[in-house]
Amino acid sequence: MSASGQDWPLWEVFIRSRQGLDHKHVGSLHAADAAQAIALARDVYTRRQEGVSIWVVPSAAITASDPGQKAENFDPMASKIYRHPTFYDIPDEIGHM
Amino acid sequence: MYTQAMDLDRSATPADATFTSEEQAFNARIARDEKIEPNDWMPESYRSTLIRQISQHAHSEVVGMLPEGGWITRAPSLKRKEILLAKVQDEGGHGLYLYAAAETLGVCRAELIDALHSGRAKYSSIFNYPTLTWADIGMIGWLVDGAAIMNQVPLCRCSYGPYARAMIRICKEESFHQRQGFDIVHTLVRGTPEQRRMAQESLERWWWPTLMMFGPHDKDSTHTAQATAWGIKRITNDDLRQKFVDVTVPQAEYLGLEIPDPELRWNPERGHYDFGPIPWDEFWRVVKGDGPCNKERMAARIQAFEEGRWVREAAAAHAAKARARAAAASVASEEAAA
Ligand SMILES: [Fe+2]
Ligand SMILES: [Fe+2]
Repeated sequence: MSASGQDWPLWEVFIRSRQGLDHKHVGSLHAADAAQAIALARDVYTRRQEGVSIWVVPSAAITASDPGQKAENFDPMASKIYRHPTFYDIPDEIGHM
Repeated sequence: MYTQAMDLDRSATPADATFTSEEQAFNARIARDEKIEPNDWMPESYRSTLIRQISQHAHSEVVGMLPEGGWITRAPSLKRKEILLAKVQDEGGHGLYLYAAAETLGVCRAELIDALHSGRAKYSSIFNYPTLTWADIGMIGWLVDGAAIMNQVPLCRCSYGPYARAMIRICKEESFHQRQGFDIVHTLVRGTPEQRRMAQESLERWWWPTLMMFGPHDKDSTHTAQATAWGIKRITNDDLRQKFVDVTVPQAEYLGLEIPDPELRWNPERGHYDFGPIPWDEFWRVVKGDGPCNKERMAARIQAFEEGRWVREAAAAHAAKARARAAAASVASEEAAA
């Protein structure tokens, strides 16, 4: 018995922490359907009050960027330092801006 | 350890240093301490080494619930029962985090479970020892979880992202395990003479098997060099074991318990405790399947898996039916709209 068909589908779990931040990916689990995925995620990922809200998404529904294109996608931003406020000198007399 | 280097598979070692350009790029990433993620290129031997180590670790978490699980109904108070239940539930969660990390490498859960149940996969030798008294539950938390923490903290920096993240989550939960165990032993040594004796007798049974958890000596561990080069292993078996002995001996002294090793003594020159020879014959016997509880543990695992089968199948059938019903309803509403 090694057919992957025997496993329940895989779900990715996202939790919003008590601090009210964005839902953050915390891990994955197998579940027969969405309701069960939520129930299991509650048992596995919130046993110490880690969250106040759970999202589950079928893993198969996620499209990821290609790791081979990492340099092409993300390296150009390294030279665009003018997008950061620290690029600009503000005279001391102006104070906080 | 939970990831005891015991199946000494030499095929995982690259034959020579003639690397392809992909391998060179991979090695450079490891050298820069970058994390390797599931969709990144990786050498097949890195993949298979990780699958073996992570799944072995997962199996250890799951089988590790059995020696403690039997004491949930016999815990001496409601408080201890709740604590033990929570601890054992954590271990089940650890198994899940780790199975999920292994699955990112392209194996399915059913294969991993099958490897365990058919005896192809190993789990930590420590869980093949019996829990004869309540003191053993204290000893497991204090010593076995304590040893697990020693091994797992460096794994939080492992080069494979999903494994490192699983370990961070696990380490956050382990400290409670060790402290509740210490608390049980501490309570016993302050109790009646019988309770103190119970703690001492338990320590005598668990001490050497705990030291074996760290795996063979470095000179006998063929995995260590490659696993270190790949950033999977950060500290060697012997260094971890020494670290464990160094922190545990003063704790035992505090508790007034005697570690069953006549050769144990502080070595001021080394700045470490010296300790006697580990009974490796026993270790290999247990690893190869002939420990006190190997058969019992596997039988309990397989029984639980088989008795849960109808639940898994019923849930899958229910989900399929609900999907079919939803699909039929959406077709019907489209037709009605047309
Ligand atoms: Fe654990
Ligand atoms: Fe634990």
